[in-house]
Amino acid sequence: MTYTRDQVVLDRLAQAARQGSISRRSFMNAAIAAGVTASAATGLWTTSAKAMPKRGGTYRVAQHDGNTSDQHDPGKYQSNYEISMTHTFRSYLTMINADGTLGGDLATDWSATPDAREWTFKLNSAATFHSGAKVTATDVLASMNHHRGEQSTSAAKSLLESVEDIVDNGDGSVTFKLGAPNADLPWIMPDYHLPIVPANADGTANWQSGDGSGPYRLVENEFGVSSRFVRHEGWHGEGAYFDEVVFLAINDPNARQTALVTGDVDACSLLENKTLALLGRDPNIEVDNISSAQCITMPMHVDVAPFDNNDVRMALKLSINREELIEKITFGAATIGNDFHHSPAMPYFPSEIPQREYDPDKAKWHLQQAGMENLEVSFSTADSITTGAVDAAILYAEHAKAAGITINVVREPNDGYWSDVWLVKPWCMVTWGARPTPDVMYTLAYKDDAAWNESHWKNPEFNKLLLQAKAELDDAKRAQMYHDMGMLARDDGGTVIPYFPNFVYGRRSNVKHVGQLSPAWQMDGYRHASRWWFDG
Amino acid sequence: MGDIARLIGQRFGLGLIILLAISIIIFFMVELLPGDIAQAVLGQSATEDNLAALRKEMGLDKPAVVRYLAWLKDAVLFDFGNSVVTQEKVTTIIGDRFLNTLFLAAYAAVIAVPVSIALGVVVALLRNSIFDRVANVVTLSFISSPEFFLGYILILYFSVNWGLFPAIASISEGMNFLQLLERTFLPALTLVLVVMAHMMRMTRAAIINLLASPYIEMAKLKGTPPWRVIVSHALPNAWAPIINVIALNLAYLITGVVLVEVVFVYPGIGQALVDAVSKRDFPVVQACCLIFASTFILLNLAADIGAILTNPRLRHPK
Repeated sequence: MTYTRDQVVLDRLAQAARQGSISRRSFMNAAIAAGVTASAATGLWTTSAKAMPKRGGTYRVAQHDGNTSDQHDPGKYQSNYEISMTHTFRSYLTMINADGTLGGDLATDWSATPDAREWTFKLNSAATFHSGAKVTATDVLASMNHHRGEQSTSAAKSLLESVEDIVDNGDGSVTFKLGAPNADLPWIMPDYHLPIVPANADGTANWQSGDGSGPYRLVENEFGVSSRFVRHEGWHGEGAYFDEVVFLAINDPNARQTALVTGDVDACSLLENKTLALLGRDPNIEVDNISSAQCITMPMHVDVAPFDNNDVRMALKLSINREELIEKITFGAATIGNDFHHSPAMPYFPSEIPQREYDPDKAKWHLQQAGMENLEVSFSTADSITTGAVDAAILYAEHAKAAGITINVVREPNDGYWSDVWLVKPWCMVTWGARPTPDVMYTLAYKDDAAWNESHWKNPEFNKLLLQAKAELDDAKRAQMYHDMGMLARDDGGTVIPYFPNFVYGRRSNVKHVGQLSPAWQMDGYRHASRWWFDG
Repeated sequence: MGDIARLIGQRFGLGLIILLAISIIIFFMVELLPGDIAQAVLGQSATEDNLAALRKEMGLDKPAVVRYLAWLKDAVLFDFGNSVVTQEKVTTIIGDRFLNTLFLAAYAAVIAVPVSIALGVVVALLRNSIFDRVANVVTLSFISSPEFFLGYILILYFSVNWGLFPAIASISEGMNFLQLLERTFLPALTLVLVVMAHMMRMTRAAIINLLASPYIEMAKLKGTPPWRVIVSHALPNAWAPIINVIALNLAYLITGVVLVEVVFVYPGIGQALVDAVSKRDFPVVQACCLIFASTFILLNLAADIGAILTNPRLRHPK
């Protein structure tokens, strides 16, 4: 490359960085590729390109979903407060970067055998726990085994089902030996249940102490009330700009937003969609509205009449007006669904699959094929599923009327919904948290023998592709497989998918980030405390 | 005075029986809720496998009656056990929060009780005047609107528009007393507004009731000024109903404040109870409910004793 062409590349990079459309990691990679040395590239990023992150300050966050019953056992993590906390004081083997790619956390490097049955993770030798002890392979083994075995009460047990053995290689690396190939294992490691905690002498995981190797050390904590963290000097990662971080559990959306407006906190998770437009007008507040892999699904049991007839399923998929739901129920804070559970925020998203439109006439035609004109079905939902869940169901019922379908909306109690309605009633509304890859999602809820196969859908072709894709290390081939699986789910599956709710959160305008936000969770994949900084 | 001692003894005995009955009711009410603790803890991520393991770990495989009796055996010795969900001692979970609730209740009571009695006396004095009407309408509107709404209105004016007080009452160790008072002023004010009407109107009604009595007529005839008639002649005889209403409202300040806690993010006992119920955390639910029940029993007892002490006829029975 000539000097001038390098300069053009660098200028373009610098501009991208200023606009925030490139992460620091990608910037460094590209700059080094353009022939700049690593130290010079760092200098470029900080001086010519991006405003340099500043250190210092006490960062106060209003965090939703904080409960008195929250706790430190990673296997029982469930609330957003716990998940936000764990990313602040514990660390994982890998993490989802701000630009949505996979990066290292405790692991510096990872590689698989060609059959994708053995994955080796090399640990960062500089990583230490807050107690001062080094993070070793023993700790990784203890942390992972906490979720495995007969006695385990962990919710992540099924996630590690295929792991047959984990071995300490003795050279600062660990190897996961799998019973079946899995090309996605490194993508599973950022799951919030899988932080690395110190090992006890007997090889069990010591989660009780609240010790971790994350960017901040937990110094005060009262579950359901507040937590205080101070910077872990000598953290192995990059970032942790704040001196101190304070989480306040604020469950009332109004109280959270008021605290942000009055400046009692610097950032606030989960804003209410209906006040987004109003908050956006405040010059002191920035609203982040991020496309996510969370999903609202409406699974029908395909082995129960009338849903055992694919024409009925198609009719129901065609008689929902997704755009109107997004506009009226989420106030625009959602990404449209297409009846396959693969969000644009996940890797390998098949963008060429045509969008399914609202078409009551075609729905009628399908009902005629099935001989079920004037179809009448019950649809269960509950308020706690998502904001406006019951309204969404009623709106859907109105759309379906045009196709001659009567949907009786059954409003179920919030209490016990996951035990008495989900997986029990033949058609209900469900909310899914974001999962990192299509493989994880499909394996959890669409594989024929999955415990949570919520639609009882057992398509042989789909399941064959699912297993093939797991073992495929070639990205292009995998992308094609996920495209084909998406088509199958869309045209044969038992799940209506109206939309993927966005993550919506806010910060005071003096809180800055690189301009890209991880789609893994709220608040930059809940890594806000280590990635954001104060400016002014 | 021996009668009072006997009354207190009797009431304590009765109170214990009531507490026992309440603990039984609460236990079986929690049992009746759909789903069990294991399901509530694991939520959507429950599978048959980890449910069974968790049930065993929490001791849910034993029958309900056995679990209740085991709890009761320890509770008699003031050991309320550990939270089923977090394994922490119930006293640790509730202790600080209960003190916070007491602090907020005391803060509100110290303002509300004198102000409403004083207002009650004034409106009795100026009865049927414009002032009386306005005071009644205003306090009645406060008591009629839900607490969270009052809270939002106060936040809108006092913190968002005027910036006088913080919108969230999150308190932490190391705050001095004045900071505490400032931080918790808005929730306390909300509670004051909510309980004032009841006490003020009872004071007014009790006094006006007595104004038709012959001895008040006598006092008026000997030329006593109207405010003295009320303060030194009517009020002493009106104490019994007023004390009863005060006791009820004090109990409300402790047991009924969960909405105010939520709106102002105040770490009180109400939030702990709501969380515990949603997770079916029986020992915590039980401890909270027993605290609430004891509050009612003790305050009612105090009201009865107060009524006796302010009434010479009861104090010196024939």
